[in-house]
Amino acid sequence: MNAPAIDAPIDRRGFLKFSALASGGLVLGFYLKGNGASAAEVVNASAGATAFAPNAFIRIAANGTVTLMSKQPEIGQGIKTSLPMIIAEELDVNWKDVVVQQADLNPALYGSQSAGGSTSTPNNYDNFHKLGATAHAMLIEAAAQTWSVPATECTTVGGAVHHTSGKTLNYGALVAKAATLPVPASAPLKDPKTYKLLGTRISGVDNPKVVTGQPLFGIDTKVPGMLYAVYEKCPVFGGKAVSANLDQVKALPGVKDAFIIEGTSNTAGLSPGVAIIADSTWAAISARKQLKVVWDEGKFGNDSWDAYVTKAKELSAQPGQQMVHKEGDADAALAGAAKTITADYSYPFISHLSMEPQNCTAHFKDGKLEIWAPTQNPSSGLPAIAQSLGIKPSDITLHLIRSGGGFGRRLTPDFVFEAAAIAQKVPAPVKLTWTREDDLRHDQFRPGGFHFLKGGIDAKGKIVGWKNHFVTFGTMRPGRDGTGSSVQPGSGGALQKDQFPAMFLGNYLAEQSVIECNVPMGPWRAPGNNVFSFVMQGFIDELAHAAGRDPLEVRLELLSQKLGGDYNADRMLGVVKLVAEKAGWNPKKFPKGQGQGIAFHFSHRGYIAMVAEVTVSKEGQLKVDRVVAACDVGAQIVNLSGAENQVQGSVIDGIGTMMYQELNIEHGRIVQSNLHEYPMIRIPDAPPKIEVHFLKTTYPTTGLGEPALPPVAPTIANAIFAACGKRVRQFPISRTDLRWS
Amino acid sequence: MSKYTLTVNGQSRSVEAAPDTPLLWVLRDHLELVGTKFGCGVGQCGACTVHVNGVPTRACLTPVSTVGRMAITTIEGLDPKGAHPLQQAWCELDVPQCGYCQSGQIMTAAALLKSNPAPNDEDIDGAMAGNLCRCATYLRIRSGIKRAAEIAATATAAPTGKPLVTTKGGQQ
Repeated sequence: MNAPAIDAPIDRRGFLKFSALASGGLVLGFYLKGNGASAAEVVNASAGATAFAPNAFIRIAANGTVTLMSKQPEIGQGIKTSLPMIIAEELDVNWKDVVVQQADLNPALYGSQSAGGSTSTPNNYDNFHKLGATAHAMLIEAAAQTWSVPATECTTVGGAVHHTSGKTLNYGALVAKAATLPVPASAPLKDPKTYKLLGTRISGVDNPKVVTGQPLFGIDTKVPGMLYAVYEKCPVFGGKAVSANLDQVKALPGVKDAFIIEGTSNTAGLSPGVAIIADSTWAAISARKQLKVVWDEGKFGNDSWDAYVTKAKELSAQPGQQMVHKEGDADAALAGAAKTITADYSYPFISHLSMEPQNCTAHFKDGKLEIWAPTQNPSSGLPAIAQSLGIKPSDITLHLIRSGGGFGRRLTPDFVFEAAAIAQKVPAPVKLTWTREDDLRHDQFRPGGFHFLKGGIDAKGKIVGWKNHFVTFGTMRPGRDGTGSSVQPGSGGALQKDQFPAMFLGNYLAEQSVIECNVPMGPWRAPGNNVFSFVMQGFIDELAHAAGRDPLEVRLELLSQKLGGDYNADRMLGVVKLVAEKAGWNPKKFPKGQGQGIAFHFSHRGYIAMVAEVTVSKEGQLKVDRVVAACDVGAQIVNLSGAENQVQGSVIDGIGTMMYQELNIEHGRIVQSNLHEYPMIRIPDAPPKIEVHFLKTTYPTTGLGEPALPPVAPTIANAIFAACGKRVRQFPISRTDLRWS
Repeated sequence: MSKYTLTVNGQSRSVEAAPDTPLLWVLRDHLELVGTKFGCGVGQCGACTVHVNGVPTRACLTPVSTVGRMAITTIEGLDPKGAHPLQQAWCELDVPQCGYCQSGQIMTAAALLKSNPAPNDEDIDGAMAGNLCRCATYLRIRSGIKRAAEIAATATAAPTGKPLVTTKGGQQ
């Protein structure tokens, strides 16, 4: 799931090439409704003839109000604020005059509308500049024509055009004229040195609604005549409902209907289960307590985490099933090494646990389906849903609603499938709400994994050989019941061939073996990277300590040895040096019980390095005292407030994940049911200080939803070792005894 | 089904609901006050925090039959103008990420500020530990509470202080 390392230096040509690549061939003219077309043609009729709408994203009213459409799903990453900021910057309007409106799903109008892989910023950054600049040029042209002066004599400030003579017209006064002008093929972009908005701190556009509790999230959807649904699925993955006491359930207070849904045999489709429809959420939840289902559990009802662990150990003793990457001869290098060490790393399945449980509202009427969904990937699954309802995909309207957290969970549209299938059988709009228990037990889980490592150093303490046998989890696909053509690693469960330190060591071998299971696995914030960084940066630290060398020095040495590939070692060196400087790297200055650790990671186009300071009490209690992060995500931070919030949130999420998160599996089902059994990090564990430094480089501007998370866990683990000599090789930390004397 | 007359945000509201219906679902489904959020249903996340007679309470664990005429305050009723110092501070410092937990955070914090107008980090951590923020905006929650304390102190000193909410956006 590593995003390609697109980091050519910025120039005009690179800009356009990058845009076209990143948005899958989307060209600007598409957004702009065809170069040369009159802007009036795209004015929304409801806006009236006095509005100026040069493209689908911008509408300026005669009163000067600027309405900007937000096309991307807002999941807490701040995209509903940051992308419109780019347009506002080029348009040269005051942010206080901007109203941001969430767009429905309409890829024909807006292009791709998926929020995943930290791609929303890099895929849209250049296009959004151009959108704003084009409208800006047209407003200048409108003023120039009004005044019969050359456009070159006109400038703009805060939503008004000024002429050298002193004449001024607000944008609102120019909309009628501007709407008659042709959309230019290109328009000059602002010099970044003149930015007034980009790089400043802008508060999220939805914050006023958030803090006053206005309807905002998917779960807040209310449609006239709406009913409420819950959906019970087989606790064993891949199982299905055979029968249920439906008549008894239907007789319960408030219950309108109850039925079995067979589901699809393909995991990408509709999960089998039992739906209960009622006149309130509580009536549905209450009735569900009386529901008794006979399940066909399928063939995975005996699976358990303990059995997986045993299997992983067995597999580790054999050659890997698949070679991931090989350089030189790792075995020979290890045989000739002055010192070798081995280490086993592991981590469990975990849940996304977005605060807003999965939910979706749907209404099927007269051959049309209307959906209100908090989703990261609104297009996903719609063709299959249309087919199942016997309608055309164009008969589906999807309202994209703000999500209470994403983290990758809402890329999978399982809850949309369920709502649509329920809506097909209910003659009213219906809101499906998952309980927290549903959400925890029917997630698309972050795969667990096991790494069996061996590394060697030479007499000078240089790393000379590295072997990693990675035992991961896979499922037989595409069959829901575990039948299919081959076992494939789950999402985020495949080791990439270029995962660091691959391509930086002459003698390197990474192999992979797969344990078959039927656990649904899906992308979890920085898939793969969120655990691989812990393993690789932890083991690098182990080798550095085995050599008696400074962990920073060993990292700098590794980064100087690039053999090939897309990894930009110079960019990583930049943030590693910056973080060392800002943190005051000096691990020797700490007394026993306190320690400083360092790690870095590249993913999702971002280069991030971190230093942490921790205290470990003699009783083994961990406290993270300080984290310093240095981030290179390109030339421009769009919204400094949002960017800093993403990094600080990633740091605490990373600490919480390693401290607490763990799912157990017994009898083919998730053991934990709710938050009392699945602790998450809370405010007392948040470090008092997380310092965030952005290293501005000449590379394209990229996203921050994910890349700051992976280096957190190894930074903390390395600091723990420095503090008390205890090496954390397993998540959660409670599996490691940190007591010292 | 039983009939209840509740006092919500200073208004008398009648609902018909099963006696065991949690206040959370009465607010959300019956009274269309959806600022109070469903997060876990077992009192662990704090997203459903409301004030009952001024005391921060988990609405998901409070059956409607137990409420009587006690004064219920939800996020919608925290301040008549939506300009409680916490609401101002939250916007000023851009505390939310996804925002889902924030009404619960603000309701818990409002009770803290009432009893302790100038809390330090330790006070804040102690009072706020029951409110989960999955996006982990904890540092800004700490800063937001301290900033709200400042705003409240300034407002007491000079009651002309105006709301600091500067963005106008946010229409769906």
